[in-house]
Amino acid sequence: MSSNPIDTSKGGAQGSAIETPAADTTATDAEAIESHAPVRTVDPRLLVREEGLKGYLGEFKRKMRSGDLGSLPVILGLIIIWGIFQGVTGTFLNPDNLSNITLYIAGPGLMAVGIVFVLLLGEIDLAAGSVAGTAAAISLVLSVQHGVNEWLAAGLAIVTAVVIGAIHGFFFAKIGVPAFVVTLAGLLGWSGLQQWILGTTGTINNPPDGLMVHLDNYFFSDVAAAYGLAVVGVLLYLGGALLDARRRRAAGLLHRPAGEIAARTVVLAVIAFAAAYTLNQDRGLPLALVVFLGIVIVSDWVLRRTSYGRKVFAVGGSVEAARRAGINVVWVRISVFMISAGLAALGGLFIASQSGAADKALGGGNTLMNAIAAAVIGGTSLFGGRGKTWSALLGILVIQSIVQGLNLKGIDTSIQYMITGAVLLAAVVLDSVSRRTQKASGRG
Amino acid sequence: MTGAPVLALRGVSKRFGAVQALTDVHLEVHAGEVVALVGDNGAGKSTLVKTIAGVHPIDEGVIEWEGKAVSINRPHDAQQLGVATVYQDLALCDNLDVVANLFLGRELLRGGTLDEVGMEKRAQELLDTLSIRIPSVRIPVAALSGGQRQVVAIARALVGDPKIVILDEPTAALGVEQTAQVLDLVERLRERGLGVILISHNMADVKAVADTVNVLRLGRNNGVFDVKTTSHEEIISAITGATENAVTRRQARIAEAQQ
Repeated sequence: MSSNPIDTSKGGAQGSAIETPAADTTATDAEAIESHAPVRTVDPRLLVREEGLKGYLGEFKRKMRSGDLGSLPVILGLIIIWGIFQGVTGTFLNPDNLSNITLYIAGPGLMAVGIVFVLLLGEIDLAAGSVAGTAAAISLVLSVQHGVNEWLAAGLAIVTAVVIGAIHGFFFAKIGVPAFVVTLAGLLGWSGLQQWILGTTGTINNPPDGLMVHLDNYFFSDVAAAYGLAVVGVLLYLGGALLDARRRRAAGLLHRPAGEIAARTVVLAVIAFAAAYTLNQDRGLPLALVVFLGIVIVSDWVLRRTSYGRKVFAVGGSVEAARRAGINVVWVRISVFMISAGLAALGGLFIASQSGAADKALGGGNTLMNAIAAAVIGGTSLFGGRGKTWSALLGILVIQSIVQGLNLKGIDTSIQYMITGAVLLAAVVLDSVSRRTQKASGRG
Repeated sequence: MTGAPVLALRGVSKRFGAVQALTDVHLEVHAGEVVALVGDNGAGKSTLVKTIAGVHPIDEGVIEWEGKAVSINRPHDAQQLGVATVYQDLALCDNLDVVANLFLGRELLRGGTLDEVGMEKRAQELLDTLSIRIPSVRIPVAALSGGQRQVVAIARALVGDPKIVILDEPTAALGVEQTAQVLDLVERLRERGLGVILISHNMADVKAVADTVNVLRLGRNNGVFDVKTTSHEEIISAITGATENAVTRRQARIAEAQQ
């Protein structure tokens, strides 16, 4: 970084601007902030936001310029896609269609959450699709052919997948085989295992009226369910934000102004209640959506609020720095592959529930690619250390919306693939370009 | 600089296979003292600090901590005693912000989750006491200049309240202004009563902040000098070996005997 001539000159400018107040070592906090005022004009990127709406816009512009795009492109893309399809088909935004989308996204979306964990390390898990298929096969073979309780069978399938993930992690982290190769071997190997488990039958239908049927087809038809969830979600967000702001204010740190918290809560509330209203117009709140959202929220919390999550980001940012900080890099890597495989298995169960059966093709085809594409389209970097599990939700929404819209128009799968491919390419280009802009403006 | 040294190496030797990296090396660091460790490439500076940091256990000799002989076999042992090492490649995570980097591997927890408020507050206090000026503790380290990264790396070594801080070439690859920032920080460490071992190739830096200069040559002590009374040339000649004569030998022995 210091070899970059632009950076060094900036660094020098900062250094000298900062050095002047440093002479006064007795400066209090307030004075210290005051004394930064001149620096602000020199290098607006680095500074704390000003109060009020103006400051908010200022920071927004700054983030745009420095390539810190966040989820904005994908949200804009989603709005455009929905607008176009609504214009073309006229039925895209109907409750039954949107409700169906939530059913289709659960399986690949859960897989994508697992992929996000792996991408945060800067690695890739190509075996997620095969693991999903294997898990579905294990669950249904156990429950249908061996009479095992369905819950137990599903649990065993997920445990098996976690063990598979540990095997991937072991070869990657302990032996040092590149994750790409380990999981490529897994892609072949586990899909072989899947076919072997299914045996001559080839396809096993979900037992009637059991867990596997309901997983992706159950609706909380009471209108109170969807609205209740929306209320709880909004209140939890508001409560958390206010509590955080109060603690930060008490500690004398910068905190979100009340106006901003209110604005964010209103936006969240509008989205939540619009979604609840739409779902209630159709069959109600789908169980699949509740599970998917729950997993996204819990995994986001794990990544951002626990020391485990911090370790994942640290390993993704710099392996050497993480190791020197006393982080058990091997264990972090193995555990991430375990999480990825476990979530892939859960996704596989939802896919089996949604398609009505476990067969030899489950998890094959473009399932894996859709899951990886979802994570990347949603804004998780392929280069590690940057991303959110929410990107799995946003990305899979984009992909499934395209598929659904083109299906409504009766357009062939061949065109669907080409369009999805183009969107993925656009997302990766955006990732690379924003990474380059971030490098140039000093945000790696 | 009176009283027992915080850290003392007595007759330390280290072999790597057929290579005798350190032979009978002595080193003392007192509280509130900046000891510069200088020497040519391959003189054994890095090996010496690695024995203190616990990366390479010593073969012979004694390491004394506050007067008592201790054994340092793992990096963990050194950290337990209170030795913090800032390596040349700073080992910061570019994608994490300053607070996250300062507390990496020893995050403050509150009810099982990260105590972001507590960490940010302590980070701010730590940076303030060291008069470190960075625009915000919540920006990714990638956005900092080279000098700022270096001071963050040094500040990070202080989070665990060490007694000895080892700085491996802290000013290499820094510009003039940034070097000044780092040297200021080294002086503040001394004011806080920490012992500092400073490895440097830059004589100007050494003369500016160090109290004593320890010269290593071919894995052996080649003189301990008081910075105030020693000229540039004397140190250089000790490094290059031009001092291999009776007078300097005697001086070195007397200096060692006095300690």
